[in-house]
Amino acid sequence: MAVLHVTSPHTHKPFNTGRFMLQVVWATIPGLIALTYFFGWGTLINVALACLTAVVSEAAILKLRNRSVSFFLKDNSALVTGLLLALAIPPTSPWWLTVTGTVFAIVIAKQLYGGLGSNPFNPAMIGYVLLLISFPKEMTAWLPAAGSIEQTQWTVAETFSAIFSSSVNGSGIDSFTAATPLDTFKTYAGDFEKLESSPIMHGALAGVGWDWVNLAFLAGGLFLVARRIITWHIPVGMLVAIVVCAGISHGIDSDRYASPLFHLLSGGTMLGAFFIATDPVTAATSNKGKIYYGVGIGILIYIIRAWGGYPDAIAFSVLIMNLAAPTIDYYTQPRAYGHSKPVSGAVKKD
Amino acid sequence: MSRQIWNIPGGVHPPENKKQSQKSIVKGPLPKQLVVPLQQHIGAPAKAIVAVGERVLKGQVLGEAIGFVSLPVHAPSSGTVIAIEQRPVQHPSQIDGLCIVIETDGKDEWAELSNLQDYQSLDRKEVLQQIRAAGIAGMGGAGFPSNIKLGLRPDAKIEQLILNAVECEPYITADDMLIRERADEIIKGLEIMAWLIQPNEVLIGIEDNKPQAAEALQRATKDTKIEVVVIPTKYPSGGEKQLIQILTGKEVRSGGLPADVGVVCQNTGTAYAIAQAIHKGEPLISRITTVSGEAVGSKGNYEVLLGTPINELLAFTDTQLGKAHRLIMGGPMMGFSIHEVSVPVVKTTNCILAVTANELADPAQEQPCIRCGSCAQACPASLLPQQLYWFSKSKEFDKAANYNLFDCIECGACAYVCPSSIPLVQYYRFAKGQIKIQEEEARKADHARERFEFRQLRLEQEEREKEEKRKARAEAAAKKQAEKKAAPKPPPTSAVATPGTGNTGEIGADDPLTKLKSASASAVKRWKDAEKALKTAEANGSEHLEALGKKVAQLKEKADKAKAAFLEAKKNPQTPNNEQAAQAPAADDPLAALKKASAEDFQAYKAAEKKLAEMVSASDADITKVEALKQTVAELKAISDASKKAMKEARAKEKEDIQNAKAAADPLKQLKIDAAIANKHVQKTKKALTLAELTFKEEPSDENNTQISTLKAALADAESLAETANNALTQAQEA
Repeated sequence: MAVLHVTSPHTHKPFNTGRFMLQVVWATIPGLIALTYFFGWGTLINVALACLTAVVSEAAILKLRNRSVSFFLKDNSALVTGLLLALAIPPTSPWWLTVTGTVFAIVIAKQLYGGLGSNPFNPAMIGYVLLLISFPKEMTAWLPAAGSIEQTQWTVAETFSAIFSSSVNGSGIDSFTAATPLDTFKTYAGDFEKLESSPIMHGALAGVGWDWVNLAFLAGGLFLVARRIITWHIPVGMLVAIVVCAGISHGIDSDRYASPLFHLLSGGTMLGAFFIATDPVTAATSNKGKIYYGVGIGILIYIIRAWGGYPDAIAFSVLIMNLAAPTIDYYTQPRAYGHSKPVSGAVKKD
Repeated sequence: MSRQIWNIPGGVHPPENKKQSQKSIVKGPLPKQLVVPLQQHIGAPAKAIVAVGERVLKGQVLGEAIGFVSLPVHAPSSGTVIAIEQRPVQHPSQIDGLCIVIETDGKDEWAELSNLQDYQSLDRKEVLQQIRAAGIAGMGGAGFPSNIKLGLRPDAKIEQLILNAVECEPYITADDMLIRERADEIIKGLEIMAWLIQPNEVLIGIEDNKPQAAEALQRATKDTKIEVVVIPTKYPSGGEKQLIQILTGKEVRSGGLPADVGVVCQNTGTAYAIAQAIHKGEPLISRITTVSGEAVGSKGNYEVLLGTPINELLAFTDTQLGKAHRLIMGGPMMGFSIHEVSVPVVKTTNCILAVTANELADPAQEQPCIRCGSCAQACPASLLPQQLYWFSKSKEFDKAANYNLFDCIECGACAYVCPSSIPLVQYYRFAKGQIKIQEEEARKADHARERFEFRQLRLEQEEREKEEKRKARAEAAAKKQAEKKAAPKPPPTSAVATPGTGNTGEIGADDPLTKLKSASASAVKRWKDAEKALKTAEANGSEHLEALGKKVAQLKEKADKAKAAFLEAKKNPQTPNNEQAAQAPAADDPLAALKKASAEDFQAYKAAEKKLAEMVSASDADITKVEALKQTVAELKAISDASKKAMKEARAKEKEDIQNAKAAADPLKQLKIDAAIANKHVQKTKKALTLAELTFKEEPSDENNTQISTLKAALADAESLAETANNALTQAQEA
């Protein structure tokens, strides 16, 4: 009789990597909506462009690597990489910026390392850092958020024009962009008057628009935690580290150092905490290790934001901690059943 | 529920699928043939004690336990043994097992049974023996002999006896239904076990998805101290280690036994079987098995005779084998695929599943691991399954072992949740198997190395001993040789042998000259000493003068011999440059020695005679002394004559030997060689001549001409020589 002969278990949870990734995609929707609301259609266009580029480049490189294109595209991991990169870059970024970053992320940072599961660095962040270092001007060109005084509301056509021809109604993009709250704070840190007089710094909770964007990503992140796509360890570790660092500094000198709340709800904090740092492939794996990993990212973010050359630092911090993840894993193994203490470190050669 | 229960880490909630089979227990089929494997438990297989053709009764012992960890097997029904042979049995590696095949007669006639009335008045050992004799093994899955688990050391203090009624595997309801219908018997069995091990408390763990069974247990335990603990439903709470953790908070030490932490855990079915064995005397010959799956017509629980082939059971339950996509023995989480439908039900078979393709889908294609950690979240042993997977896959087994691979209970929770459909458990089984093989090989290699090293040591020692012996022998031989050379009268036989073996002189003497010198010196010294002693003796008027005199004479001879031998050796060239020279000293040596010896013997004789004459002429001569000297003289004369004779004989022998040797040497060969050498010489000379002629053709001079003529003459000589040699050879060949 032709019955299947396999080893146990014979049953499997109806869930796979493709659906795992799709959950991440759905979880970004609140953040996407917030970004669109405050910064216009650019984000949506960027997301579409990046996702398309990611899938096409993934398919092309899989073909070159003689892998099954349809099988691997089904895992939706390229989609997530493109999506996260598009969410991280300014909405007015020219099209080639998005395409360059995405192709680099997929081809170099992911597939050349062996594809899904084998890349040591977060591909989206590799793409982001490449763009940030190579094209600093374009990568910091954020429009002021809706609700701030220098409000700019572009139509869809105007946004397309901005992205694909780098001008809107005959003017360069530069004439519309403004510093982000993190930028502003970095520029005027210690200058209470200047900070007070910057309207962009006075949103409901933190910088205008950015507070809501971060809250939206937080909501999406909580959805992921609830769906057990991610665990709480990395986000909590990272956010607590930022709060503690910011709290201490702010307590010492509140003019020079922004408040913990400002740090939590500015820039890419929530996107980073729940969507970027939690990329399972490149993060630490044990629960304890995830906490250390998250704390490491949080501390690095704060150090770079407060004393470094860049206003935000999610990408750098995540990439640095990616390097540390395997080592963290070695020393943070859980205590297994029936053992009095956990195994720590590499194999002991005797 | 006042009792505290603990949570286990991880765990999963697969679809339970228990409803389908939650039906009253039905008596299973009485198949035409029962295939009873001799091994249905962990340990040594039973040994068949029935013969083919023998009629057996229901409950009769078919095979008896061999050793401590072993159990007997019994006939599940009456009939005739028709074969004792290898049959397919359920085995992960699809290996056949030795089975006793019974053709049933349909009478189901019981053998005589003996129960234990009032077991509490008996010795524990007797009760344990009864349990063993009934062939009771843990019926939860492992099949460990129950009497061993219950027969603890008297000093082992057990705090908790736990009855495992969790049944956390999906589909299976065998324990559930057994409890619902026969809770009293189960409690009786539990009480027997409690009496045997005397725990502080007796607990029954049951999941909250079996409220009716839990209620039945509550009822049955109303008047006892047994406590029924309802625990939350979560797979794999029914794992022994997991249940112990849930109910007591204790963890069984890695590699240890539950008894180490004061816990004994027994399965529901086992408790029931023990009650049957003690109170009714019935051995374990049937069990409750769930038959379920979409392909099964009458899903439910069946009291199946052990040895019932699966296909009989499936036919009995109206299973459409055509619809069945997978056949599983056990549950969907830890069960084994059935590779052959004729395999029999055994003591550990709690479930048979015949599932359709829709029910349990084929495993999806394995995707890359994304380290999502779902497996680690699901692992009840707090392992890092994804790390174990990477290590197993890359064959870094030492790392896998370091990450506590062997604490994996293979519950399958990790593989169940893996979004990449990686068959994780299979990787762990592979790694475990490989590690075991490696350990076995390492053990063997160590053993072999030790043996090799020991052998080397032994050989070295033997070699050393041999070498020492050899050295001692060589020294002795050299000494003997030296003594022999110095000996007054080498026995004729030895003198005969010596020339024949021309190299004996060379062997014994790596530096013969030195040896001879020292031998000579020591001989002289001994002689002098002896003479001194003699003189002293003479002066003192000793009685042993006679003997002493004799000794002195002998020693003197020896000393002289040694000296002579030394001088002789000194004279003779040590590196003979041709064959004859090599033979000559070897041949001469003994002869010369003999000659010398003879001369000396004669001298000694003469000296002794002279002394005697002097003594006789002396007026105050002692009679005894004179007599002694006379004697000495006579002896010396005899010695002298003997050595003379020996020398003569040796000389004659030598002549003969030389002739013999010449005759013995292959003349043909020698001639051939001579001829070849001569021919070669001719050719060489010819060549030289040709060369000279060629060279000197241009500038003929007197000098050159002389050279050429000389060469020509040499050539002529060589040619004549070669001709002679060739002629001689031809003649010899013809001869």
